[in-house]
Parts: sequence; C-alpha cells; structure tokens
Amino acid sequence: MGKVNFTIDGKEIQAEKGVTILQAARQENIYIPILCDHPALPPEGACRICLVEIEGQRALHPACTYPISEGMAVSTNTPRIRAARKFNLELLISDHPLDCMTCEAAGNCLLQDLAYEYDVTEDRYEGTKHHYSVNDPNPFIQVDRNKCILCRRCVRACREVNGVEAISVFYRGFSAYIGFGADSSMDNSPCEFCGSCVAVCPTGALWPKLSLGEGRPWQVDRIQTTCPYCGVGCQLILEVKDNKIIKVDSAWDGPSNHGWTCVKGRFGYDFVHHPDRLDKPRVRKYLLDGKKKPAAEKRKPEIEGDPWQWVEVDWETALGITADKMLQIRDDHGSESMGFLTSAKCLNEENYLMNKLARQVIGTNSLDHCARL
Amino acid sequence: MVGLATAFGSGAMTNSIDDIADDAQAFFVIGTNTTENHPVIGMRIRQAVRQRGAKLIVADPRKIDLTNFAVLHLRHKPGTDIALVNGLMHIILANGWEDKEFIKNRTEGFDDFKAVVDEYTPERVSEITGVPLEELQQAAEILAQNKPTAVLWAMGITQHTTGVGNVMSLANLQMMLGNMGVPGGGTNPLRGQNNVQGACDLGGLPNVYPGYQKVTSPEIRSDYARAWGLSDEQLSLEVGLTATEMMPLALEGKLKAIYILGEDPLMSEPDTNHIRQAMETCDLVVLQEIFPSETAPYADVLLSGASFAEKDGTFTNTERRVQLVHKAVESPGIARPDWWIVSELAKKILKEGKRQIGEAAYSGWDYQNAAEILEEIAALTPIYAGVSMQRLENGETLQWPVKDQDHPGTPILHVGQFARGLGQFTPVEHIPPVEMPDENYPMILSTGRVLYHWHGGQMTRRSKGLLEIYPEALIEVSEDDAERMGLNGSRRVRVSSRRGTIEAQAMVTDRVPPGMVYANFHFPEASANELTIAALDPVAKIPEYKVCAVKVEAV
Repeated sequence: MGKVNFTIDGKEIQAEKGVTILQAARQENIYIPILCDHPALPPEGACRICLVEIEGQRALHPACTYPISEGMAVSTNTPRIRAARKFNLELLISDHPLDCMTCEAAGNCLLQDLAYEYDVTEDRYEGTKHHYSVNDPNPFIQVDRNKCILCRRCVRACREVNGVEAISVFYRGFSAYIGFGADSSMDNSPCEFCGSCVAVCPTGALWPKLSLGEGRPWQVDRIQTTCPYCGVGCQLILEVKDNKIIKVDSAWDGPSNHGWTCVKGRFGYDFVHHPDRLDKPRVRKYLLDGKKKPAAEKRKPEIEGDPWQWVEVDWETALGITADKMLQIRDDHGSESMGFLTSAKCLNEENYLMNKLARQVIGTNSLDHCARL
Repeated sequence: MVGLATAFGSGAMTNSIDDIADDAQAFFVIGTNTTENHPVIGMRIRQAVRQRGAKLIVADPRKIDLTNFAVLHLRHKPGTDIALVNGLMHIILANGWEDKEFIKNRTEGFDDFKAVVDEYTPERVSEITGVPLEELQQAAEILAQNKPTAVLWAMGITQHTTGVGNVMSLANLQMMLGNMGVPGGGTNPLRGQNNVQGACDLGGLPNVYPGYQKVTSPEIRSDYARAWGLSDEQLSLEVGLTATEMMPLALEGKLKAIYILGEDPLMSEPDTNHIRQAMETCDLVVLQEIFPSETAPYADVLLSGASFAEKDGTFTNTERRVQLVHKAVESPGIARPDWWIVSELAKKILKEGKRQIGEAAYSGWDYQNAAEILEEIAALTPIYAGVSMQRLENGETLQWPVKDQDHPGTPILHVGQFARGLGQFTPVEHIPPVEMPDENYPMILSTGRVLYHWHGGQMTRRSKGLLEIYPEALIEVSEDDAERMGLNGSRRVRVSSRRGTIEAQAMVTDRVPPGMVYANFHFPEASANELTIAALDPVAKIPEYKVCAVKVEAV
C-alpha cells in the first residue's frame, strides 16, 4: 500500500492509501463527530453526522466511508457542515424521548453529547413520534426502540463480531426498527446474550436489565479485572457503586477478548452479592464441644444442639480448631493420610500457597485440583 | 497435558488466541464445543470463517453450534478420536502431503509411529469411527492444503481413558503437518476454568512443584527444601495422589483428612454416590468456599473465602497469559481472601506442630498482599521468573515462560526448537472406552457444560439472568430415540447407569446422534456425575466423562 498526501483543515497529512477520511483524521487526533461508527466494528455510513466538505465537490460526504486521495483538501468544521450536522441531529431528536433526566444512558450517551455540542435544545419538527413498548421478555437486555437511532452498531456487532446474526433492521424509512430473529423477541432469536450489542449501543436503546436504576456513569468506580468463568481470560470493567457491582463494561484493551464477552462474563456477576454468600467461618458443634465426630447416619444438622449443627465462629476459633485437627491427624496417621484440593477458580498466589501448605507445612505431595474434571 | 509434555516437553496451549484467530488458514476443532465453553474464542473462530474465509473442520459426535460454520463435520463415534486422527494421518502420508523437512529437522520417532499409522487404512478407520470414507479424504485434503492449521481441543479429547493417547495423536498430526512453532498453528488445549492454567503452573498437582518441576527430582527437592527452610528428607520424593485417587482411598479409610479450596467434588467428580461415601468416611473435611456448596453438608469446617471481585492478585489464562485481578468490592461479613486464610492457618500449624522449619528466604508466611507472594513465586518458578505485579500494573502483558525481568514473555511455544529439543512422535493405538453399551445399558452418555452455566453451577445458579434463561438440567435426546421411547417433547426422562439415576427434562434435538444422550453437571438435582464412571486414564488419571453406558426411559 502506498502513501497518500492530503490536508484536513489545512493540516498536511500523510496516510495509507485506502483508509477513510475518518480513519486518517483519528490517526492525527482530529475530531470528527459520528454516531454510527465504532472502532471495533466495520464502518456503516448510517448516521450522516460525520459529514465533511471536500474541496471542489458540491455535496457533503460522510468521512467514515469516503476514502482519502492524493491532494484532497478536507474541511471538518465549517458553518455549512455544522448546520448540516445540526439538522441531522434535530431530525434524530424529533423522534427521540427527551427524558435524559431519567434515562440510564445519560452521561454515557453519544446523542446527548452531540445535542449538547450542537445546541439542539428542543424538538423543532412536529410530527408523528414512535411509541414502542419496552417489553422484550429476555432476562438480560432491555430493548427500548424509542431510543434507537438506527446506527446499526448492534447489527454489525452481532453479525461481524459474534457471528450469529440475531439482530437486523426490519422495514425501511420511518417504519424501520431493530428486530431479533424472524422479527421476534431476543430470547426467540439466535441471540446468545453475549452483550456485544449493549457494549456498542451509543444511546440507551439497549441496556442491561440488571443495571436498571442502579447508578449513573459518574457515580461509579470502574475497576478492570479478569473474568472469573472460563479460561479465555477476558478483561472486564466492573462498575461499582456503594460496594455493589452494578454493571460490566467492555475493556477494549483486553488482549484475549478485545472488549467482547460472553453472557456469563457480562451478565453473570451478581452471584458475588447473593444472600447465600458465606460471611463468617463455621464449624460443626461437636468440634466446639470437643466431642467425637458423629457417624454419618446420626447427623441431624437441622436440629438445635445436634453435634453436626453449624456454629458461626470467629477466625481465631475456626483456624485454631482446623489447625489442631490437622495436626492430630498428621501425628496419628502421618502426612500421607492428608489430601489437598486447590482451586482452579482462585488466584495464582493462592494456588502457590496451597502448594506450600501441603508440601512445606504438612509434608505431602497429595495436592490436586479439578484440571481433569 | 501429559500428552503434550511427552511430545514437546511442555504441556500447555502452544499459541495465542490472537494469532490463531488472525493467522490460521484452517481450524481443526475436535472435542471442544467452543462457542458454549470458551465463547469468546468461539466468536473469534466464527469471525475467522466469516470475515477471511478460514476453513473449519469440526470433529464431534454432537452437532455443536460451530458445525454451522464448518466446511466439514466429522461425526465420529464417541471414544474413537485416536482412530480418526490416525486415519487422517494415514491418508496424508499415503499422498505424501506431510511436511518432510519439518519431520526430518525437528522431530524423532517418526518411523515407529508411521508403522502404526500404516495400519489405520481409511476403510478400517471408517469402520471404527462411523465417518464415511469421502469425508476422511476431504478432511485430510483440507489439512494438507491449508497451512497453517490450528488444532483446538478441550475436555472432549482429554476426558477419556485414552485421554493422553488422544492428545499425543493430535501432537503427531501437527508435527507431521509442520504446524508447530508458527502463528496460526499449534496444539491448543482450551482450559475450562479461569485459573486452571495457573493452578497447574503453581504446583497444584501431585507430581510437580511450581513451574512443572518434578517432585521426584532430588535436585529440585533440594532447591525447595532450601528455600522453605526444610531438610531434604522433609519433602517427599513420591508423587502424591490425584483428586480422582484420593476419593477411593478415603473410602478405604487410608485418607483421613481432606482440605478443599474452592472446589465442589460432589458436583465435579465422577460417580457422585461414591464421593458422598468417601467424604462421610473422612475424619476431617475442611472446605474453604464462598457458598455453602453441595459439598458443604459433608464438611466439618467451612471457611468463608473472598470472591474474585474482592481480592487483588493474578490469574493465568488458557494462552499462558498472566493477568491482573483487582479488588472491586469488600467481602461480606468477615469473609477473607483465600491467601490470608491459608497463611493464617499455616502459621498456626507451624507454631503448634512438631515439624521443624528453619530460617530461610521463603520459609515464612507473613504476607501483606498478593504482590509479595508473587515475588516468592517468581523466585522459585523459572517460567514465572520475570513476572511481577509492577510489570503487570505497568500494562505489560506476559505469557510464560517469562525468563527474567527483561524477558518479554513467549506468545508462541516451540519456535525453532521444542522445549525437549526434538519433537517426539509417539505411536498411538485405538482402544475402545471402558464401558460400552450393552443389553442392559444400551446407550452412550456424554457429559459437559452449556453456555449459560459453569461447572458445578455454584455461581451461575446464583446469577439471576443465567438461572432464568436456563433454569433446570436438560438432557439431549435424539429425535429417533425420542420417538422410540414415546417422548412427545415435554416429557421427562430417567437416565440410569450402573452407578446412579437422574431424572430431568428431555431436550429432543438433532445435536446428539441416535444412541447417545448428553447431560450436564450444573444442577444438583440432576447432575450427570451421578451416572459417570470413575474409570481413569492410566497416566493422566482423568475420568472418562465423555463415554459411559446408560439406560434411558420416559418417566
């Protein structure tokens, strides 16, 4: 590929032949607003916001699909361009709910940002508005077509990234809307709920149901970490408010997943806050009482006072009893009478310590985990 | 892992997800239902097929989702992987399509291996596997014509009594095709849990210290004894017990105590009844967990650990990449990170016990954080020697081996040379599964996971959306069998093996071939492991989860 010399807003630029004006501008950190483009998706040319002027051409052109050429002179911010962009934004706003104060996406919405930038303050065009019901019955994703701007980012994410084609645009013009499968609900389509569509939606049209009403983008801490499920090692951003994970966002720099996730990584985090969580150590009552372990058939843990009943204790007690019992068994039966199962779910550091516990402290190599299972 | 270690000297995924996804001209996917079990890798395979026309061959008895993207689906009978791969190699050799240069320069043992492969004529292989002759031919052609081909597998290859042989066959195939040590090629076992790679890397196995250093080596033992403040004799030169060996010994009364960190043997081990009895027989069961799991009723002590979101440290993913885990929230109540619990326990045992521990660089247990433990790991684990929290926090992305602080890590293993020097061809013969269908148990059961749940299901069954979309165990039954049994689509089935019985809803589908059912182990009320057989691969000690004989009836 050769190089092409051209200018953007008078600045001389050299870029690879074949790239679009938008791509070349981004390489030079020149801002061109756009709604439908996403760096992780192929270009679409749907939103008409990235319009630019090219010297010698009468019409404005979308920067996201127009390839650069030698000697081309591009302007990105003339009054004519600003007027055209504002007009297109006004058209979008004319069929968009003006409920930013309660909208989940407020503060994280490209349409809101552009309306602010272009001073689109009110609905200037009277006419029919859509009133879609917000009732897709799937457990993961709220679908609010009233907030959809038909940028087709979700369509491309589903088709090009996940490869399942669960989302498409049905009908055309004013009747056009995003639909699933054969124009059905999400859970009646090939959708696998990977959440890629949610990750790229620029407005509040697609939103995680688990996150509804949980917090605003500016109220959360964002912590990048590694997914706790399979071995792919996807990077995730946990959004946390008041010590609660309220949403998983894409970590676009994740080396194994590049921002994409599966349904478990994106929507399967709420086990962390499940009421079943063990919040204190427990020991069986017979251990506290210094009694003998009851035979299996005599264990009645649900009966108050039974030797097999659980008793919540502090760490000192729990670890003291555990250490005593382990030492007693080692003294009586030798270190080879003890087995350790470490965990494929726990940290490297914790697995190392289990290896050290079994080998250094107890003196056995009988240490394994569920790699085979 | 044993299989790859024999062939190459190192048992892990040889390549990286990115290079496979971007550079493989073809994929040979065998025994991995990737889109459900490693969904993001599944996504990448679909992208490769769709966006750049990579060729996908799926070899699986089940019609998994990836078959929709495959140019060829080899639907071999369960437990015939070795015969299938030998058959493909037979055709490749018969046509002279092997990479003769690679075989000559980089491998050994080819002649003995070839003698065995020569016996696997297409006719014989077709007979054993049930794969038509022309499909064997097509597959061999695709493998020969598309270089590099990446081979991917998971538990569908390893969870057999011939698991090690299965893996060796695939190593043989990739050496024969010259697909080793190049981007887009390699032998790629996909690891099923977030840190199963790290648990293996850091000594969570009965035969090796951290970094796969053999416990049977007196020199290695001396190194650890010195580092940990012990005399050599205080560390055992004997290989310890695997999880699958511990349970029978517990039942015999020889294993008295079992300490379990973040595992749920009641769900994940084969033949659940047998596990229940083993646990009941133990003098002491200590369980360190975040939930009262299915194993908890058998525990004497329950230690409340922290979830992934409540601690700092590292996981190592399937492509050997060490990645950061960051604390996002506080643990409930007084639950503590597992490293803290283990350290405090170790200190108590050392203080009160008779075992003498001297002063040494790493004899102590006073850790303030995971970073300090990682420093100790780096000092004692050659493949992690250059890994530090500081490098990771600086944004470096490190795949082991990371030989020192300046080493950038190793995205592709065996470039130019195998870890053991020359790659080892090993002749492998087909051996049928231990328990084949008979008159009383006429069908084959295969087991695994589904997209919406994970392993024993402790986490996913406590996740609102995941439970809502997949609320109960489903057993896949073929349309033919459903009709024969008189299932009308909404009926329940009873599946019995010699070891147990479960009842669950049938999912009538063409995903399984007639004569086979597929069940998962996510739900305690109908866990496949009530049925599975604890027959083990003689070397790797992995249970044969993918084949056992069952009887299936309408309820």
